[in-house]
Amino acid sequence: MSNAVSALQGATSKGFAQVTEAGLRGMITLRGDLASPKLKKAVKSVTGVSVPSPRECSSAGDKAVAWMSPDEVLVMVPYADVVDATVRLAKALEGEHALVVNVSDARAVFTLEGEGAREVLAKLSPVDLSREAFTTGMFRRTRLAQAAVAFWLRDDGTFELVCFRSEAQYVFDVQSMSAKTGSEVGYL
Amino acid sequence: MSTRLSTGGRLLNKSSQISFQFNGKQMRGFQGDTLASALLANDQMLMGRSFKYHRPRGVVASGAEEPNGLVNLGKGGEFEPNARVTTTELFDGLTAESQNHWPSLEFDVGVINNYASRVMPAGFYYKTFMAPAPAWKHVFEPIIRRAAGLGRAPKDRDADRYEHFYAFVDVLIIGGGIAGLQAAKAAGEAGAKVLLVEQTAHWGGRAPVDGVEIDGKPADDWVSDTLQHLEKMKNVSIRTRMMGAGIYDHGYALAYERVTDHAPSQDLPRHRLWRIRAGQIITATGAIERPLAFAGNDIPGVMLASAVRDYATNWAVSPGDRTVVVTNNDDAYRTAITLKESGLEIPVILDARPDGGGELADEARALGIRVESGKAIAKVKGAKRVTGVEICAQAGEGNTLETIDCDAVAMSGGWSPVVHLWSHCGGKLVWDEDQAHFRPNPEAAPKGARGEAFVIPAGIANGALDSAAVLADADRAGKDAATRTDHNPRKLAAPKANSVEEAPMQPVWKMPHGAGYKLRSKMWLDYQNDVKVSDVQLAAQEGYESVEHTKRYTTIGMATDQGKLSNINGLAILADSLNAPIPAVGTTTFRPPYTPISMGSIGGEASGELFQPINKTPLHAWGEENGAFWEPVGHWRRAYCYQRSGETVEQAVHREVKATRTSLGLLDASTLGKIIVKGPDAGKFLDMMYTNMMSNLKPGKCRYGLMCTENGFLSDDGVVARIDDDTWLCHTTTGGAASVHGHMEEWLQTEWWDWKVYTVNATEQYGQIAVVGPNARKVLEKLGGMDLSKEGLAFMEWKEGKIGAFDARVFRISFSGELSYEIAVPTSQTRAFWDALHAAGAEFDATAYGTEALHILRAEKGFIMMGDETDGTIIPQDLGLNWALSKKKDDYLGKRAQQREHMTDPNRWQLVGLETVDGSTLPDGAYAVANGLNANGQRNTQGRVTSTYYSPTLDKGIAMGLVLNGPDRMGEVIDFPKLDGSIMQAKIVSPVFYDAEGEKQNV
Repeated sequence: MSNAVSALQGATSKGFAQVTEAGLRGMITLRGDLASPKLKKAVKSVTGVSVPSPRECSSAGDKAVAWMSPDEVLVMVPYADVVDATVRLAKALEGEHALVVNVSDARAVFTLEGEGAREVLAKLSPVDLSREAFTTGMFRRTRLAQAAVAFWLRDDGTFELVCFRSEAQYVFDVQSMSAKTGSEVGYL
Repeated sequence: MSTRLSTGGRLLNKSSQISFQFNGKQMRGFQGDTLASALLANDQMLMGRSFKYHRPRGVVASGAEEPNGLVNLGKGGEFEPNARVTTTELFDGLTAESQNHWPSLEFDVGVINNYASRVMPAGFYYKTFMAPAPAWKHVFEPIIRRAAGLGRAPKDRDADRYEHFYAFVDVLIIGGGIAGLQAAKAAGEAGAKVLLVEQTAHWGGRAPVDGVEIDGKPADDWVSDTLQHLEKMKNVSIRTRMMGAGIYDHGYALAYERVTDHAPSQDLPRHRLWRIRAGQIITATGAIERPLAFAGNDIPGVMLASAVRDYATNWAVSPGDRTVVVTNNDDAYRTAITLKESGLEIPVILDARPDGGGELADEARALGIRVESGKAIAKVKGAKRVTGVEICAQAGEGNTLETIDCDAVAMSGGWSPVVHLWSHCGGKLVWDEDQAHFRPNPEAAPKGARGEAFVIPAGIANGALDSAAVLADADRAGKDAATRTDHNPRKLAAPKANSVEEAPMQPVWKMPHGAGYKLRSKMWLDYQNDVKVSDVQLAAQEGYESVEHTKRYTTIGMATDQGKLSNINGLAILADSLNAPIPAVGTTTFRPPYTPISMGSIGGEASGELFQPINKTPLHAWGEENGAFWEPVGHWRRAYCYQRSGETVEQAVHREVKATRTSLGLLDASTLGKIIVKGPDAGKFLDMMYTNMMSNLKPGKCRYGLMCTENGFLSDDGVVARIDDDTWLCHTTTGGAASVHGHMEEWLQTEWWDWKVYTVNATEQYGQIAVVGPNARKVLEKLGGMDLSKEGLAFMEWKEGKIGAFDARVFRISFSGELSYEIAVPTSQTRAFWDALHAAGAEFDATAYGTEALHILRAEKGFIMMGDETDGTIIPQDLGLNWALSKKKDDYLGKRAQQREHMTDPNRWQLVGLETVDGSTLPDGAYAVANGLNANGQRNTQGRVTSTYYSPTLDKGIAMGLVLNGPDRMGEVIDFPKLDGSIMQAKIVSPVFYDAEGEKQNV
């Protein structure tokens, strides 16, 4: 574990929004029947958070659960806890048709902070990022320019974004470029 | 001469002078000028040459419709051809060069085409360059290509950057004239989310130039009041320098924002392409004035009447001291009045209508201007500049009644609504007899997903007659758009504009009406492409009845302006020639973009380093530091080899192969796909996906598997490991990870939706390192942690545990024939693990090897490679892989297809090894020839090379190939002709060249 490093090791850039690679995050792909009481209970007991509604991300403290598809959620916990959480989830779901996989290392996580964050994303993703349309707790699986990503809006107004780890540099660069000072669109 | 006036210039900031260059000549203008107005102010009327005849061309319009004033703009990485002078805002240091002439704009050799125009009529190229066929490729095309194109192609990489922006609105309004402004106000007041875009830098369109009064105020005042009102509304956004470029299905629109074209020194994206989803789109796109077709109407100094008025009012520029106005409607009188009031001479207004004009004509007469009704221009005199006009009766054949000296002609053939955007997505048009123009058919709007109209035309773009009607129509459009997007419009009345009583216009398609061939062959319809009235008539005469065919035959409307000035006049001439009504002939298709947009804006951010995402393994940085020679594999970069200093690529590959065979090689295999398949039905599912049996694999064991398409062709391969009772891990090829996962999900979601199986593509969760060679076990045992002895982990087994401090899954599998462990560790630990292997392996000369060494190692062992031995037409049986086709199963994907007659044909080429007689290496893809010729007279073939390498281990060329009846012909020598005609001979052998007994890995 001591050898573990994140894709960009905390790289950051600041334009009219600040892009930061957020380090390692525990992430578990959970596929199963999202309506099943057993699954709901398992998720709640491991994270303290309920299974979210479609296109939403529920969070409590350093844990969160995001809706990925009608039969998939992404469970987020601190990186140090992810192996344990994976085992606990799998145990709790024994006897139920479900798949629990630790995908923490397959991903890179970014935060995008500042007033201009919405416009940085709106240059790259076909998503309505206006204040009235994209509100706290919303979650989208979409693309960021040519990379597959998912992002959501935290309570504090910061966006978090995940992508495949192998594309972390591209995802960082394309956000940094879009956030270049002076290129504010002044629309959102 | 054209010159700057002392008064006027509402868009100029005369306190801010700007210097620029045209054809190397230093000139001055003001802030607020366009390049066109600044050139005219410097008496530079001649701006370019036409495409076919190289005739002198001056600016004819003042906006986006300009066909003539095209220049090469900028230099080096900022160079751009075909920039319209009328839409290029002047900035300090601008450099422009005119196009399509040699050696100079003033003296152009190509003008010889002009004198040869009698022998270069419409369809000249089609007729002349028909035969002989080979001459097209070798003679005609190279010559025509050199002559084709107006501007030069840029030579340097584009130095600018670009971006996209996604916006979602209730109502998108295209056009910032008074119609667009009023529509925005009406929709905005209803609470709709509105985006209003205007292609120029200014609001209000023509109204301020035309002296319109709104609610008792000059139009300029109303515009600024309305803007203030709009700016206060939070739900309304307004943007200038942003053109509505195209309208597409489902309320999708593109808008092209020119961010820095007017001030290029800023470090900003040059253009921003907006990709907009709108509930409703209002096209308040205005109208374009039509030229009149009279002889010599292309001579520099002949301009649209509205443009002449724009130049005088907006930019304080007069195109000449004496301007003759020629018209078929009242609007052009405004130009005469404007010029007269600026102190310029109007020798005569020629009104083609026998009864002349209305109130405006009276006003002109009152100013002392001579007005002649029923009169026309017989021909314009002059070459590079208008020197006079000959006057005739419009009704006659063109006999000169009088010659009048002048240095400019202002013409107006009526107005055509800009229906382009309305039409992009299927909006239909109606022909308006009174106005002699096409306007949107309100019954046939573009329809959205629910069959409801989503485009609303507004103002003069909808055929509204005057400013009063424009404002009422725009108000209605704004309110309709609000209603259709579930908002409640306020019950406010539309503002009122003053109106002038105008006499009806009269269509005039050629001037004079009875003009003979000589005059008609000098009446330009398409200025840029040199299409004349006589050309369209010739096309009709030669049977081109469809307007689309006539367009292509004559090239009318095919220039960079896409016929904004020429289309209606052209089709009216065609209709006349065919004796058909204009609406029966119809228009050509309007396609986006409205005016050309930059290629850069379409690409957006995707250029340079950001052209495409590159997938990097956790060992990518190590590769960069250690001489990796990269090759793309899918979107990944994999090291082909790692070059040490002084080494060639080939030497590096050979060193890597030898090190691996003799001691220890390390391979970054992280890119291999890793798909987890779990569920009660997972075994059954994998038995369908793979040709082999996977359900009976024991936990802890691995099995090599083949995947086929439904048509039986090999699509992917890899090692499958059973993790536990209902979980399998499927390795795929590097390029196959996403597609195999998609393939699995497709079958699960569409055919076997009731099977209980979940899949996850966990490819990037693990870095994977192959530890290969006689010392592989020793280096791992040095790191310690797991029993990896021959008994502790047998061939084709896997287990999980620790190697040193690392969490590892170890697969004892081999793609090289050596003792080999493939070790998966979490991606975040992969670099540290790799470093630990190198440190521990130093005593064994641990050598990182790349994909080429991997290929050679597998080829020496006769292992197939997807994409080399397979190409989408190969079935496992071709490759001698029958052992991997389960006979126990009822079915697997591809099984039935493999029973087709063609698939079971014993004459299908089969995989064999190929060994050259002289030890040399066969060329990749070479064919083995057979006796005789085929039906096409080509040499018969009997096989081809699929993989070929120099083997450093065996010090000779080795190859695999597919050969007719190959496995039955061992020892036979076959011929492979090379491109130079010489022949290489190769013996058919077993594909396993090295360690056929498998002793190397059995340790």
